[in-house]
Amino acid sequence: MRFSFFNVARQALAHNEGWPEQWRSPEPRPSYDAVIVGAGGHGLATAYYMAKEHGLTKIAVLEKGWLGGGNTGRNTTILRSNYLWEESAALYEHALKLWEGLSQELNYNVMYSPRGVMMLAHNIHDVQVAKRHIHANRLAGVDNEWLTPEGAKAFCPILNIARDMRYPIMGAALQRRGGTARHDAVAWGYARAASERGVDIIENCEVKAIRRSADGAVAAVETTRGEIATKKIAVVAAGHTSVVTGMAGVRMPLESYPLQALVSEPVKPAMPCVVMSNTIHAYMSQSDKGEMVIGAGTDAYVSYSQAGGLHIANHTLEAICELFPTVRRLRMLRNWGGVVDVTPDRSPIIGLTPVPGLFVNCGWGTGGFKATPGSGHVFAHTVARGEPHPLAAPFTLDRFRTGRLIDEAAAAAVAH
Amino acid sequence: MLLIPCPYCGMERPEIEFRNGGEAHIARPADPAATSDAEWAEYLFFRQNPKGVIAERWRHVSGCGRFFNSLRDTVSDRILAVYKAGEPRPDVPPEVSLRA
Repeated sequence: MRFSFFNVARQALAHNEGWPEQWRSPEPRPSYDAVIVGAGGHGLATAYYMAKEHGLTKIAVLEKGWLGGGNTGRNTTILRSNYLWEESAALYEHALKLWEGLSQELNYNVMYSPRGVMMLAHNIHDVQVAKRHIHANRLAGVDNEWLTPEGAKAFCPILNIARDMRYPIMGAALQRRGGTARHDAVAWGYARAASERGVDIIENCEVKAIRRSADGAVAAVETTRGEIATKKIAVVAAGHTSVVTGMAGVRMPLESYPLQALVSEPVKPAMPCVVMSNTIHAYMSQSDKGEMVIGAGTDAYVSYSQAGGLHIANHTLEAICELFPTVRRLRMLRNWGGVVDVTPDRSPIIGLTPVPGLFVNCGWGTGGFKATPGSGHVFAHTVARGEPHPLAAPFTLDRFRTGRLIDEAAAAAVAH
Repeated sequence: MLLIPCPYCGMERPEIEFRNGGEAHIARPADPAATSDAEWAEYLFFRQNPKGVIAERWRHVSGCGRFFNSLRDTVSDRILAVYKAGEPRPDVPPEVSLRA
């Protein structure tokens, strides 16, 4: 049932008891044309665009836990496209353009809010790097502008621009089209739209093994809900990517780290934008519920524990309290971690693997949420056609052999 | 925060005294000129990233300053063994290994 003024009014009169389930929960079929491993935002977006733009509907999305329960439900919901290199700017800008029309496209309110993302500069080096990013972005057609400290405070009034701070603010780069979206709604919206187009979303179904035929190509996945035959497996498993590809004997240039976030108790609107600081490792925005959403860095070592060290969060809170003195007496409600897969160059890997029929979309590291629609869109093309989408072509696994790395360590904005 | 037993200092110390050095037992190719691009990529970038027991390097930067290795379960973060640099990876007794 579509969400429309008429349907909302009619269901309201019927005590909202007539809404159907937003997506089907079918039993797995014995075979599919393609199997997507991981029902997070990226996996569900991939399924949606495969069904919509490539006419494939015999697709299953397998999820070991619940839909959107991994990093999609754990991130800090920030959207932006101000990456340095042309390849990255093109990919993230593609995603940001899709965000702008996503609620209409999915008929589901993803609460896209272009409230502006401001990245602070605290020293001369920061200023030079930020200005370089601004010039590179503007040449690539991505909006980004330089603000003085006073301009930054005008844009975010609770920001502390005192000259006697330990790390005083010397300016900021502002991407006005950046902002936030509702993370759960993105997963739910894509799930609903994909399910309507015939995609089977199968939760509580963990992939345990990948079977390959005599010629080496993938033939089936063995899951906790039985064996499923398929010629194409698309792995979109974030922190668990190397675990899944390992089942087919494919090693990845990935390391998995816990990345933390925290939210405060809800307060009245005080924070009109997103503020990030690369140098002192903190970023913050305010959710529509009123919670201050704070992102910390990753732990220093490989772990699948989904819980980071307290000293990492503490380090971030010290910086937050200096940047925003008004939040010093706020209590934190929750602190959690997600397992992120980090590549050596902090850029994702989208494409084919040495095993025929096995595709990966991974390595989004600490900042994959912003790319969700674009990632799904280019990966759907890659899996459906068996060759990389032009925007995904630079992000091959092979770049670690050729040396054509896309180093975005400075744009990743999270300490790792 | 981990409590890491330093095999040189002989005591458990908090994680912030240490610097993690990534996966252990990765040897640089002995003959660089004869090493292919794929082998260099393997050495530089590809890692086991195990969900289970990892052998990793640590340096006790705020203590003795020396390198050593540990075996740690990456799901529970429990440290199963520590051993000095240069020593072979020990066999972890199955009763302490959570997912051996």
